Amino acid sequence: MTVPMLSASDLQAIGLTLRLATTVTLILLVVGTPIAWWLARTPSRWRGVCSALVALPLVLPPSVLGFYLLLAMGPDGPLGRLTAVLELAPLAFTFPGLVVASVLYSLPFMVQPLQSAFASLGERPLEMAATLRASPLDRFFTVVLPLTRSGYLTAGILTFAHTVGEFGVVLMIGGNLPGVSRVASVQIYDYVEALDYSQAHRLAAVLLLFSFVVLLAVYGGRRRGHPW
Amino acid sequence: MINGQRRRAWRWLRGALAVVAFGSPALALPAERITVAAAADLKFAMDEIVSAYVRTHSDASVDVVYGSSGKFATQIRQGAPYDLYFSADIAYPCALADAGFAASPVKPYALGRIVLWSAGMDASTMTLHSLVDPRIRRIAIANPTHAPYGKRAEEALRAAGIWTRVQHKLVYGDNIAHTAQFVQSGNAQIGIIALSLALNPQLAAHGGYGLIPAALHEPLQQGYMVTARAADNPLARAFADYIDSAPARAALARYGFVLPRPATGPGQRSTSAACAP
Repeated sequence: MTVPMLSASDLQAIGLTLRLATTVTLILLVVGTPIAWWLARTPSRWRGVCSALVALPLVLPPSVLGFYLLLAMGPDGPLGRLTAVLELAPLAFTFPGLVVASVLYSLPFMVQPLQSAFASLGERPLEMAATLRASPLDRFFTVVLPLTRSGYLTAGILTFAHTVGEFGVVLMIGGNLPGVSRVASVQIYDYVEALDYSQAHRLAAVLLLFSFVVLLAVYGGRRRGHPW
Repeated sequence: MINGQRRRAWRWLRGALAVVAFGSPALALPAERITVAAAADLKFAMDEIVSAYVRTHSDASVDVVYGSSGKFATQIRQGAPYDLYFSADIAYPCALADAGFAASPVKPYALGRIVLWSAGMDASTMTLHSLVDPRIRRIAIANPTHAPYGKRAEEALRAAGIWTRVQHKLVYGDNIAHTAQFVQSGNAQIGIIALSLALNPQLAAHGGYGLIPAALHEPLQQGYMVTARAADNPLARAFADYIDSAPARAALARYGFVLPRPATGPGQRSTSAACAP
């Protein structure tokens, strides 16, 4: 499909947004699974504290979270010191920095759906697999994963969509660099700020349409009892 | 039983409504009140101006909202309840006046200045040419596509002939306060910010600033107006006149604003004079 009405910088912003959302979703699938598994099954009294910590990004305004990340990534902040010790480039104003921030910001959108999927699984399927001498890893891939597919789909879509719609955190730590941190939402905001409403409308329409189609595919498919 | 409960609930609700409706005037509502929309670079100067004004006009109440000049212009077009509008770029109030959203001529109140500022280095000994130093990896400026201070920063870098040599180091703050955060947190080693911010005690405690010659950029002409909504509000007019007074001018000057010549009488500058290109 050609989109003649979008400028090259709009396409670059959309490409960057999709790359960011995909990277963050893949990382969170790996990082979020053990966290959600632990939260769903642990009898530990630290469960409540950890659940609350995971949910915190839902509460903090993105601009505030972004401000603290900016301080943390500075030369005197914990993340800034870490990257200096590891002889890595500082995180602020870079794509990896954006990924780190977005992983934190979208964490609850991955963990919470997975946690409820794991909790509703119950003990029986795992016990049965164990009696068949399936290894823990084997049990996860042959029993847990197929039974929680719909939870994974919800978590993946929510994380992806939430990262596409992310704005405040990216604006705070990104530095608005084309191809690095000028994602679609920031590009739209810049158009609005510059009073260039027609460009803003176009990009916003594309972003809305895209997001609606993705969400419709998930929710529409599910209502028809699609075998997810 | 249920009726009794309901009656009690009604009685409670009526009591609560009575408190809301009649209780609050007991808190001595000021006779007049206005809401001022002011550009973020005015934060410290305007706070002082307002507290000085309210001290001598005890029946007046002045609320100030600080933000981006462009955003305020859009909001006023959409009917936002602001009585006065102070913009970091006089072009915004001029456009509003042309479209009939002003109840007063647009008047200049100050010229903004831009400075080099760093939290870790002494910027007072630096010039724009120091920015090509490879030890400076990131330079923060406000976004030139919509922030007045960012536009002037870009002009100064171009006029100094170093734009192409520093462009790859630039990061863009959303507004001038956000740009200062990039520098204060150390993520950018240096930045170009408003003199009014560099003079604020929070930032003045670190590093130093180097004034960028005004000849390198177009003037940061700032302007204000009374909005059409406040046409019949005497407090809005009185506060607008107060901006020309000696105490208000002194507060602006303390925060590094260059002042226009004092007006000889109210309404002396016409909209067209202040807004002419």
